[in-house]
Amino acid sequence: MTALGKLFRTTAFKIVAVYLIVFALFAMAVIGYLARHTQALVVSQITETIDAEIKNLQEVHADSGIGRLIDVIVARAQQPGSNLYLITSFNGAVLAANVTDIDNVTLSRQGWSEISYRRTDDAADNLHDSRALVRVAFIGGFRVLVGRDIEERERLRQILAAPARWSLVVIVLLGIAGGLFVTRRVMKRIDSMTATSEQIMRGDFGGRLAVTGSGDEFDRLANSLNAMLARIENLMGGLKHVSDNIAHDLKTPLTRLRNRAEEALRPKHTEAELRRALESTIEESDNLIRTFNALLMISRAEAGEVRKAMIDFDASEIARDVAELYEPVAEESGLTLGIHAPDNLPVRGSRELVSQALANLVDNAIKHGGTTKGSKVTVAARRAADRIEFAVGDRGPGIPAQDRLRVLERFVRLEESRSRPGAGLGLSLALAVARLHGGDLRLEDNSPGLKVTLAIPAQPGQTKGA
Amino acid sequence: MRLLIVEDDREAADYLKKALREAGHMAEVANDGESGLAIALDESFDVLVVDRMLPKRDGLSLVSELRTRGKETPVLILSALGQVDDRVTGLRAGGDDYLAKPYAFSELLARVEVLSRRRAPNSAETVYRVADLELDRLSHRVTRGGEEIVLQPREFRLLEYLMRHAGQVVTRTMLLENVWDYHFDPQTNVIDVHVSRLRSKIDKGFAKPLLQTVRGAGYMIRDGAR
Repeated sequence: MTALGKLFRTTAFKIVAVYLIVFALFAMAVIGYLARHTQALVVSQITETIDAEIKNLQEVHADSGIGRLIDVIVARAQQPGSNLYLITSFNGAVLAANVTDIDNVTLSRQGWSEISYRRTDDAADNLHDSRALVRVAFIGGFRVLVGRDIEERERLRQILAAPARWSLVVIVLLGIAGGLFVTRRVMKRIDSMTATSEQIMRGDFGGRLAVTGSGDEFDRLANSLNAMLARIENLMGGLKHVSDNIAHDLKTPLTRLRNRAEEALRPKHTEAELRRALESTIEESDNLIRTFNALLMISRAEAGEVRKAMIDFDASEIARDVAELYEPVAEESGLTLGIHAPDNLPVRGSRELVSQALANLVDNAIKHGGTTKGSKVTVAARRAADRIEFAVGDRGPGIPAQDRLRVLERFVRLEESRSRPGAGLGLSLALAVARLHGGDLRLEDNSPGLKVTLAIPAQPGQTKGA
Repeated sequence: MRLLIVEDDREAADYLKKALREAGHMAEVANDGESGLAIALDESFDVLVVDRMLPKRDGLSLVSELRTRGKETPVLILSALGQVDDRVTGLRAGGDDYLAKPYAFSELLARVEVLSRRRAPNSAETVYRVADLELDRLSHRVTRGGEEIVLQPREFRLLEYLMRHAGQVVTRTMLLENVWDYHFDPQTNVIDVHVSRLRSKIDKGFAKPLLQTVRGAGYMIRDGAR
């Protein structure tokens, strides 16, 4: 597309064109109105003058008779730059005049008309045909014509017409120039936005749209797009972090798996040794499968795919069921597991996912909260305003405040040795489940220990006892 | 037991066939959905093992077509998908059980054996008996050698499930799914601890242990003398 074609297609150009047309029409209307008004003024001046003159001539005739009237007309007709005069007798014979070529039709009736005329003192070859506004009156049986050249009016029309034309030209030119200027400015910013987005699309996520600081619509647009880009970059960063982690956390066990198989292939192994190698290979691959499943579950929860399968259920039932599932394990680890859940805490969601999230929290609490014998893990469900909160507390070492956000990320485990079982996905899944339900996950100090609260919106419309 | 395996991965199908034969079962293999459907309609099997993603006709459509034609052979659906909603769609299409790939063969074997005997007449029984252990499903009473054993509700359901499948291996996942209705991995050996609690209630103090651990597979309740 040519630059001009592109210009014609821009919204700014279209707006400018419409404004230009409207403005030109308005200007023309104003000039036209002025012209008509001025002309009417001129014409009314002419008619007034002629009326006064005729009235004067009638008085002359009434006072002094026809002879005096003719004398007065002859005298007035001879003055330079005078009005037009003509007086005829009954039969149409011209008694005195400074105009010729007046047709009989005009003279035959009283009243106003606009005619062409020639002055008697004009040279015969002067074919210049002038226009005049004339009034014919019958005075004492004589026909008297008094008129005035209306060239003045024509001149006025011309005087007005020329600037009107010019101003129209100027308006259009200025409009086009202004339109071009505005359009170019707007297009420049849009083009720069387009260029930046193309650059970002090519993979440079650090790019941002320019903000001029004028606070105009473009700045507002650029600001919100930039905020969006920042969020995308953040998410991309998270994704990259996750895939790096996946690469690391899946490659490590895969390497172990491979090493073991290779080691088993070396000669001189007893059958029992081979068997052990195979068993540990299966165990390792089961762990990998478990990690894969957890990752899949998290990404499904994050994608919100499960939403269509949500049902109404009682949160206290879930809390009690999960607590009951883990109670024997807690006891075996030398812990007591306490449950506080009042009846009837209605929520809507995925029973399976919420159970799994809660199970992860309880599992964590049992694994990490068991430093001293007889310490307690508590599972609680309660209503807090319009939310249902599941809280799992332990009396273990807890998590330092600065690490609490970090442990929610996938694969993050605080003991660097990674000696305990687990892949560091439990809290990530709990967080994803909370978000899927429109809730959140909080990690707090249980002084001592850690308290994790999973909050999801309560099912509205159902109150206690309903 | 005679099985039909509908699986397009030939290696996986052959492995399954061989392993089932070693476990004492006969297995046929079909490599796509259309031929699988044709064979399943033509012949009589105890259990069908159907992969969910198949060429020509996918597993779910195979199962629902089978059910439309009035064939009630139990079906175990295998799938690389394993999430709750996939399971629900699989069961809704007419499958009887659902197993996510990759699976342990012991898990698959336990499930097909349970499926093959599912419609045994004893499913309507109100009292289960294994040796001198009795479970009354109506009165919720459990006795061993005439002495009453007090069980928690969940322990009762656990024992009920084990006794319904007496003589058959049930895996930890099967217990988690059928007794707790959970389809996720609880990460810890929660089931083992529950089973050992139950065992201490029903076997402790008796000469003959009934609840046995099947190594690498799961649990089985049976009269050991037989």
